[in-house]
Amino acid sequence: MSFITVYVDAIGLCGPGLDNWAATQAVLKKQVSYASTPTVIQASNHLPPAERRRVGTAVKLALATAADALVNGPYSASELLSVFSSSGGDGDNCHSICEALASQDRLISPTRFTNSVHNAPSGYWGIALQAKPASTSLCAFDASFSAGFLEACTQAIAAKAPVLLIAYDTPYPEPLRAVRPIAHSMGVALVLSSQATNTTLASLRISLGIASASVMDDTQLESLRQNVPAARCLPMLQAIANAQHKEDVVLDLFDNQQLLVEVTAMQAAL
Amino acid sequence: MQALNLFHYTLATCLGHGQQANWNAVAQQRTGLKPCVFETVRLPTFVGQVEGVEDQRMSEHLAHHMCRNNQLAQLALLQDDFSAAVLSAIQKYGKQRIGVFLGTSTAGILSTELAYRHRDSSTGALPADFNYQQTHNTYSVGGFVRDYFDLEGPAVVVSSACSSSAKVFGNAWRMMECGLIDAAIVGGVDSLCLTTLYGFNSLELLSTELCQPYGEHRRGISISEAAGFALVTREKTSPGGISITGIGESSDAHHMSSPHPEGAGALSAMQQALTMGGCTPQQIDYINLHGTATRSNDAAEGLAVANLFGADTPCSSTKGHTGHALGAAGIVEVALCALAIQNGLIPAGVNTQELDKTIGVNYLLTNLARAPKKIVTNSFGFGGSNCSLLLEKQ
Repeated sequence: MSFITVYVDAIGLCGPGLDNWAATQAVLKKQVSYASTPTVIQASNHLPPAERRRVGTAVKLALATAADALVNGPYSASELLSVFSSSGGDGDNCHSICEALASQDRLISPTRFTNSVHNAPSGYWGIALQAKPASTSLCAFDASFSAGFLEACTQAIAAKAPVLLIAYDTPYPEPLRAVRPIAHSMGVALVLSSQATNTTLASLRISLGIASASVMDDTQLESLRQNVPAARCLPMLQAIANAQHKEDVVLDLFDNQQLLVEVTAMQAAL
Repeated sequence: MQALNLFHYTLATCLGHGQQANWNAVAQQRTGLKPCVFETVRLPTFVGQVEGVEDQRMSEHLAHHMCRNNQLAQLALLQDDFSAAVLSAIQKYGKQRIGVFLGTSTAGILSTELAYRHRDSSTGALPADFNYQQTHNTYSVGGFVRDYFDLEGPAVVVSSACSSSAKVFGNAWRMMECGLIDAAIVGGVDSLCLTTLYGFNSLELLSTELCQPYGEHRRGISISEAAGFALVTREKTSPGGISITGIGESSDAHHMSSPHPEGAGALSAMQQALTMGGCTPQQIDYINLHGTATRSNDAAEGLAVANLFGADTPCSSTKGHTGHALGAAGIVEVALCALAIQNGLIPAGVNTQELDKTIGVNYLLTNLARAPKKIVTNSFGFGGSNCSLLLEKQ
């Protein structure tokens, strides 16, 4: 079996009742009990005013999540490789376009069309931060977090450079919500490196295999894990937050394949 | 980099099904574009529609994947004995050791567009038979191909607009570099839909005549659909085989829907591909341009090409033949470049009446009887996503 090893240097989070990584850590360590409240997305002060007016929830969420990961890190955001992964992109924008295309005149707004590309958050991220390195935008339906995470790990190793992963999901409005019920907006960002630094939070030894996905023991967090693809990261984040010496977690990927992750927390997480 | 060998490949475009039909059109300098009569779309534009997509039936275990995009994917998988090559790779490496990395911009969104016309008049609900996961979702084509071959390896769909199915070679290369897989099916599929036709129309980027890449009178793109797949491994191919030896990826960080005016991101992507492959610009025999035929793309790309390669390297855009297949453009152009290497001919662009003299590159209007060995192909997309690939004859 092949293993790869990467290091988590920073974490950002924005989800229901989980305002940022600091607040999420307190919940995952059971210092605070979890209460699901609507996701609060901090406005990005990086986007130029013209762009700020144009963007939808998905872009705001992705940028806010990334900002939380980078707030204390030693990274220059504009130099990071980036991987964006989402199970569906901007649900509101998609609904508006489909509605317009079903109408008599079929007129859609140029801004809505431009924002409909799955890589819109990556594009706005580049513009906002003047980030010119490679950036990719991925989807793997419910496996979007794990597939994005795996891609970010292989990039960190192949490029020998830190990679920013941003996995995010937003709910669709009706009628798409009925056929694709994503419960909440949630984003998670990780900075991953091929080498440990003095800010490393955990080392991760990763392989592909077959096992049952790890679940959250808190029923509300488990419901979040199941109902938002980006929240499939939670078992791994819990292992990092709890800073046990070593913990094996299994992240959901496909029916016949999962990501097996051996988490070793490092001192910075304590 | 350790080369990614093109073990086998296939494609289906408006030029025809499979390698031979596509190469015949390129050799004869023909376009596959026709006036748009797709679905109920009434726009004064030309499109590249693939023949026979609607006739594709799916076997029972794949029936839930039924949509135009996956029908087009299946049509391509049936060409050039591609499936047999995949089955032999499964025998050799095992189902868990083959990855699936595909590009698309709109996947099967056409199914949703049609479903929105039939919402319940009182509740607004979509029709009961509408299937989101296997049609609309961006990953749908990845799930379809993974199920089609009953694979158990990693899979993901790249959706970075028009660079998608060039970037997938990077995913496969990295996954092999890390030792997680031995082979990969890479490629892309994009099918005609209302979102892209009316969307590009709203941006005033749709040409009302045949698109004229690098032309003085170019007025925008002609949209098309296409599917293409390649089976890539690191195992040495026979002499004369074709490899991807350089992959360059960059971001413009400039504007969502127009390129950096000096082509800075394009230049960076091409430079990275050459550096990775250990090639100088002078060694390149042909550049397959992104060449969409919008005013801004061709001007910016032309500047970057002239900057890096000078004014002599033969180049052309094959989007005059195939139209712009958006998320499938990258793989279609890799396949056409591989065919150019195999057939020993450098393709000219078609449709272009008069070249834009302000762009200082050697844009071909007639095929050049010269066998190319090293080719750069460009794919750039909305959001400033750039990818350049270096292909080499071994």
